Amino acid sequence: MSDIIGSDRDPSGGDPPKQDEPKSTRLVMILALAGLISGIGIVGIFEVTLETITANKARELRAAVFKVLPGVTQMQQLAQENNQLIPVQEDEASDNTIYGGYDEEQNFVGYAIPGEGPGFQDTIKLLYGYLPDSKKVVGMEVLESRETPGLGDKIYKDLVFVGAFADLPIEPIIEVVKKGRKVSDNQVDAITGATISSRAVVSIINESNSSWLENLPAVGSEPVMQISTDNNSEGENATTRQ
Amino acid sequence: MLLLGNSEDYEEFNKGIWRDNPVFVQVLGMCPMLAVTNSAINAVAMGGATLFVLVGSSFLVSIFKNLIPKQIRISCFIIIIATFVTIADYTLLALVPAVHKELGAFIPLIVANCMILGRQEAFASKSTPRLAVMDALGMSTGFMIALLSLGSIREIFGTGTLFGVELFGPAWEPWVIMILPPGGFLTLGLILLFFNWMTQRKAMFLEQVAEAEVEGSSQ
Repeated sequence: MSDIIGSDRDPSGGDPPKQDEPKSTRLVMILALAGLISGIGIVGIFEVTLETITANKARELRAAVFKVLPGVTQMQQLAQENNQLIPVQEDEASDNTIYGGYDEEQNFVGYAIPGEGPGFQDTIKLLYGYLPDSKKVVGMEVLESRETPGLGDKIYKDLVFVGAFADLPIEPIIEVVKKGRKVSDNQVDAITGATISSRAVVSIINESNSSWLENLPAVGSEPVMQISTDNNSEGENATTRQ
Repeated sequence: MLLLGNSEDYEEFNKGIWRDNPVFVQVLGMCPMLAVTNSAINAVAMGGATLFVLVGSSFLVSIFKNLIPKQIRISCFIIIIATFVTIADYTLLALVPAVHKELGAFIPLIVANCMILGRQEAFASKSTPRLAVMDALGMSTGFMIALLSLGSIREIFGTGTLFGVELFGPAWEPWVIMILPPGGFLTLGLILLFFNWMTQRKAMFLEQVAEAEVEGSSQ
């Protein structure tokens, strides 16, 4: 009823029913102009937020590394090159990198290894901490997933399930068993109602293990923590004091 | 509450909340409505993003209404809406990454929310910026109320929490179905039932009042 206000579509025209069709060039021009203005707006907001967004992501990953490797206070990104693990600048993220965790005396503690694979609905991306000397997984953090809310999302909300990765021997292989059927140390209780998601998490870890572990340097000869000289990282953990 | 509306502004604002509520009466915007309302906080974030987009686009559309040729008006509306959605998307990602993670694909999908396009076509493109903004504010408040009521009900029953606060203690066994899609449909159906029942009751009441008045004046 109130939608009748101002039915004057085109006050300049004066004869709306018999209005001439505007030329198509005019239509194209207007659409192009609208697109241009919109594009400028989008680029603007992208530029404004880019810094915060990248910082957020880096902080999230950094927090995840410290979470999955207890006792670690410093980290550096390591890349696989010519059968060697070489420390790289942190923003050069690629598929072929893992993270080395070090304690306050810059002693090597363990690796944080990213992995991804199909979950129940979409790719699950996770990060897990691995100690090469005891051959154990010591922590797992899901970075990205779209599992069913209330069921599959328990892979990161269910503290019992997450806790199962706090001290988990990986040999011969990590196995998923039905809840309550766990008999040996390398087994993980599946979440009731989310068996597929639980299995996905474990198989992602197993797969990353099989592709990474043989390429890791021998225990004791891990890459040393480099005194980081990059000035674009946000400080607290990237730089180490002498 | 409708009786209070004397000014035009108030009328435009008010109609979106109850009489023309985008969800309960017009049944628009069902996709985000059902998809993100498994918790109250998601509902608030989606409502806020929609409010921003709707108010922004209604304002711009009503300003440029005379410059936009009729033949390409829908494309122009969509360009304007999409720009605001992208702005909302990046802003949420920068300010509240956790909420953005939960809402995921549904933020970009605000572009296709028929409630927003509907307001541009039915209202903003025909009225003054001031009224268009009032209308947009009212509609998105109505949308927010709908999202929030659905989200709260589903979160309370589905996880036993409200805004993440534990309500029933550890003995509570959550009704998982409530946070899954069927729970969304069930809850929405029941709310619509309630809404229609209320509307019907009100109509009957008004009829009776009218009858009584007629009788009263004839005597």
